[in-house]
Amino acid sequence: MIKDQTAIVGIAETPFSKSLEPSEKTLACQVILAALEDAGIDPSEVDGMSSYTMETTDAVEVAKTIGAGDITFFGQVGYGGGAGPGCVGHVAMAVATGQCKVGVAWRSRKRGSGVRPWASGMYAQPSAPAAFTRPYGLGRPSDEIAMLTRRYMHEYGATREHLCNVATSIRKMANNNPKAIMYERTMTREQYMQARWISEPLCLFDNCLETDGALACVIVSAERAQDCKQAPALIHSFGQGLPSQSHTMTNYWCDDPLRGPAYTCADQLYRNADIGPGDIQCAQLYDAFSPLIILSLEGYGFCERGEGAAFTEDGGLDLGGRLPTNTSGGGLSEAYVHGFNLINEGVRQIRGQSCNQVPDCEATLVTAGEGVPTSAVILRKAT
Amino acid sequence: MTASSPPTGPIVPVCDEDAQPFYDATRDGELRIQRCVDTGRWIFPPRPLSPFGRHEPPEWTAVSGRGTIWSFVVPHPPLLPYFAESAPFNVIIVALEEDPNIRLTGNLLAREGGSLGEVDPATIEIGQTVRVVFDRLDEEWTLPRWVRV
Repeated sequence: MIKDQTAIVGIAETPFSKSLEPSEKTLACQVILAALEDAGIDPSEVDGMSSYTMETTDAVEVAKTIGAGDITFFGQVGYGGGAGPGCVGHVAMAVATGQCKVGVAWRSRKRGSGVRPWASGMYAQPSAPAAFTRPYGLGRPSDEIAMLTRRYMHEYGATREHLCNVATSIRKMANNNPKAIMYERTMTREQYMQARWISEPLCLFDNCLETDGALACVIVSAERAQDCKQAPALIHSFGQGLPSQSHTMTNYWCDDPLRGPAYTCADQLYRNADIGPGDIQCAQLYDAFSPLIILSLEGYGFCERGEGAAFTEDGGLDLGGRLPTNTSGGGLSEAYVHGFNLINEGVRQIRGQSCNQVPDCEATLVTAGEGVPTSAVILRKAT
Repeated sequence: MTASSPPTGPIVPVCDEDAQPFYDATRDGELRIQRCVDTGRWIFPPRPLSPFGRHEPPEWTAVSGRGTIWSFVVPHPPLLPYFAESAPFNVIIVALEEDPNIRLTGNLLAREGGSLGEVDPATIEIGQTVRVVFDRLDEEWTLPRWVRV
C-alpha cells in the first residue's frame, strides 16, 4: 500500500486563456520548472515522469529541455480526462516502490485555440464502438454524455434545475478566483435556463470551457517532503476504475450504464484509505460536463445512488454547503485542461491557499472523468 | 483524411474486422448481433472472442429488429456539416427486444425512407416501441435507423 508514503510538494500553472502564444511544449516545460521551483527542488533531480496518452509533449523532449537528470520511471495514462489523478498515482507508486525519487506529472493543452477533436478527421477513427455511434450523429463528447444524462433524469427524476445548481455553484467559486477564465462573469439561473442548447438535455453552461493552459505537480516521498518549501499534500489513497464491460464515453453497453467507473474507482480508493466520504471536507470532481458531478457524488459515496441531483439543492456544493465542490471553478468555470486544475486546487486546499478556502481542510478528493476509465486520489494534510 | 479536415458528407462507419460483419448484414437488409455460441448470451459491441463461457468466437445471429427507446439526445450546432443541415435532429438508443442490455445507437425517422430532422423531438419518449428500417447510403453502406411502431 502506498498510503501516505508520498506527497505532492510543488504545483504550478500557466495563465488560462482562450489562446496562449507559446507552444504546448514550451508551456509544459515552463510549468514543470515552475512546479519544481514551488517545491524547492532542482530540475536535475527529476527522475520520474508521467503524462496523459493524449499529451502531445514527449517525455524525451521535456526532460532534455528542463535539464532533468537520468529518468528511471516514465509512463502515460490513457482515456483523456480519466487520466489526471492516474498520472499522480502512477508516480506515487513509482516513488513509493523506489523506481524514482522526484516525479513530475503534467498536462499541456491548447484546446482553446486548437482544433476541436470531433470536428476533425478524428471523428471517424476506426474502433468498434465508434462505428456504431458516429455515423448516426452521436459524435461530440457533449452528445455522448447527454445520452447518459437523459437516461439518468428519466430514472431518478432529476431536472435541468439540478444541472443548473451544479453550473451556478461552480461559477460562484470561479468568481472568487482571479485566475479563472470566468472570474468576472457571474451566472444567474435565468442566464442558465436561457442558454442555447448544445445537445439536449445539455445547454452551453453544462459544458466545460475551451482553454489553452498547462499545469504540473511534483511528487516525492513523504520523508523528502519535510524538507520542501511548501506544506506537503500527502497522497493518502489512489484508485483507478475500468469496470467490467464498460466503454469510453459511450458507456451504454454494460448491464448498468448509470453505475459508472466512479464506483469501481471509489471501492479501490476507500479500501486503502483510513477515511471515508464523510471525512472529506471538499471535493474536486471532474466536470467536463455538469451531470458528471452528480454521477460522481453518487459513485464516490457522498450520497446514495439516485440522490446526486438532490445533493446539489440548497447550495449543497457551495462553500459552507454539504460538500464544497470544485473550489477553483473546475472545468466549467476556471479552465478545462483535462482536469489537471482540479489536482492543483486539491493541493491548495490542503496547504490552506485556495481562493475559496475550506476552513481547516484536512482531506480532499480529486477525481478524473466519469464515463471513461477513470482515477482519483485522496489528498491529506500531514499530521 | 488528416486530423484537420472535417468530413463534409454522411459519416460512414469506419470498421475494423470485428465491426464489419454488422454492416455486411445491414447491406443485405438484416440486423445481426454477435451471440456467444457457448452460453447463448448476446454480445455488443462486437469483439473477436466471447467474454463468456469458453471464450469462443461469437456467431453473428439475426435479431427481430424490434426494441424500445432507452435514451435520446437532440444535438444542435456546432456540428459537422452533414448533421448541421438536419439540426436539430435526434439520436436515440434502442434496447433490443431479445436483450434490453443490447443497445443500438441510431436515429428515429418519421417514416421508412424519411430524412434526419423530420421527427419533432418533443414527441420522442423513453420507452416508445420502435422497429428497424434500413437506410441505403450507397453501394457499400446501409445504416439501420428506426421508426415508431
